[in-house]
Amino acid sequence: MPKKKTTKTIAEINKKIKQGKVVVVTADEMTDIVKRKGTAKAAREVDVVTTGTFAPMCSSGAFINFGHAKPTIKGSKIWLNNVSAYGGLAAVDTYIGATEPAEDDPLNRVHPGQFKYGGGHVIHDLVAGKKVELKVTAYGTDCYPNKEYEKKITLNDLPYAVLLNPRNAYQNYNCAVNLTSKTIYTYMGVLKPRAGNVNYSTSGTLSPLFNDPYYLTLGIGTRIFLGGAQGYIVGPGSQHNPEVERGPNGVPLRPAGTLMVMGNLKEMHPKWLVGVSMLGYGCSLAVGLGIPIPILNEDMARYTGVSDDEIFTQIIDYGEDYPKGESKSLGQVSYAALKSGSIKFNGQDIQSVPVSSYVRALEVARILKDWIEQGSFLLTEPSVMIPTVNSLK
Amino acid sequence: MYSKTVSLRFPKKTVTEPIVVNLVKKFDLTFNILKATVYPRKEGLMVMELRGHRKNYQEGVRYLKELGIKVESIGQDIRRDEEKCFQCGACTAVCPTYALYIKRPEMEVIFDKDKCSDCE
Repeated sequence: MPKKKTTKTIAEINKKIKQGKVVVVTADEMTDIVKRKGTAKAAREVDVVTTGTFAPMCSSGAFINFGHAKPTIKGSKIWLNNVSAYGGLAAVDTYIGATEPAEDDPLNRVHPGQFKYGGGHVIHDLVAGKKVELKVTAYGTDCYPNKEYEKKITLNDLPYAVLLNPRNAYQNYNCAVNLTSKTIYTYMGVLKPRAGNVNYSTSGTLSPLFNDPYYLTLGIGTRIFLGGAQGYIVGPGSQHNPEVERGPNGVPLRPAGTLMVMGNLKEMHPKWLVGVSMLGYGCSLAVGLGIPIPILNEDMARYTGVSDDEIFTQIIDYGEDYPKGESKSLGQVSYAALKSGSIKFNGQDIQSVPVSSYVRALEVARILKDWIEQGSFLLTEPSVMIPTVNSLK
Repeated sequence: MYSKTVSLRFPKKTVTEPIVVNLVKKFDLTFNILKATVYPRKEGLMVMELRGHRKNYQEGVRYLKELGIKVESIGQDIRRDEEKCFQCGACTAVCPTYALYIKRPEMEVIFDKDKCSDCE
């Protein structure tokens, strides 16, 4: 690693935000700036680079307290619009997970199932201000005698509702092909037989963790854009794994870092939390997430200057290899190639298809940029960093 | 040159007759069949793009209607739910006619109704 020469602190950047003097650019703009002006000049001129992503993120959900009933109840089975929520918490606390399908869903009994409504849709409906049917059953205790409780609730009525996603913003992800002779239905979308298409999920140059590949500026307490509101990084996400092979620019060549994030559901917007039905796979929640990367030094300018042709991922067969638990690479491909609409695979051109919305990702980065420029979003100093590679510890 | 994508619903009695060929022979129209099926009750459904002079097209469609075939425009009842669609692009993998496609470099997902064959 090159020697770090700190040029700015987060406190100094916040001072500039308050004075209206801060220079904020989106990550795609930064790529151009670094190319044209070099890292030293870019680091001097730019204070913050905003990133964004918008894609189905299955490890998402919400903690909800639905308030005490009269007579009181200690919920042991809980449903929201007939979608089961976790009952193993205190009396009127629950967690609704994004992938939980409705109780009467036919699932994959007629394959491929449609999974029309699930936890992600409940969260979207709540945020959209719609009425949601709460149903609670209980075994009854001396202090909580009620055994059944039903109520129509709205997000406004709830004493507490917090989005807490155990794994979001995956730093890099496999791109998927299907080498079998039949169409398959996966969490990476519909994959046509004999490598009829290759599906990928990233916003590439805009993607948060591609812009700070070693997590040098982020940690617990970093304020972010989450679901249209201001949220926070609360820790590394599940499956966070910094120790994967990386390119010379530090960008992982395989799935690596992840984040656990949190924010007040009541402040969020339905455009940025959308319930998803994946044919033959299940329900999920598409989450809008963006992280501001402070340009503290030249290294951060270089990292945020990364472009799609410098970010690579592995082609994995979801027809046979992946279901067997073997993710062997069938080749490495750049996001610039994937984004172009087709890639060469085994000597043939195959259609490349995104399952992550670039249009929305760019909108997230631009909104975050506006917030910071207008002074309504200040950067926070992380209190504990996200675990990084051993060589940097 | 006029071109339109239509669906034809054939009643039971016409399913065994050669009809579409007459659009070429009698009306000088060309066609591109996007979908054709005969249902268990012997009713037929065909989706095709018809091309030719507007006058010939109108006469051809009149000929079909006289035979009791229901001719309907396609794509009008197929629409995108703007509230749910977030323009990821996953649909472009399965759209058979490129009615759904990605505009580059913006990466916008476009739905071109005229190309939709009403496949599902």
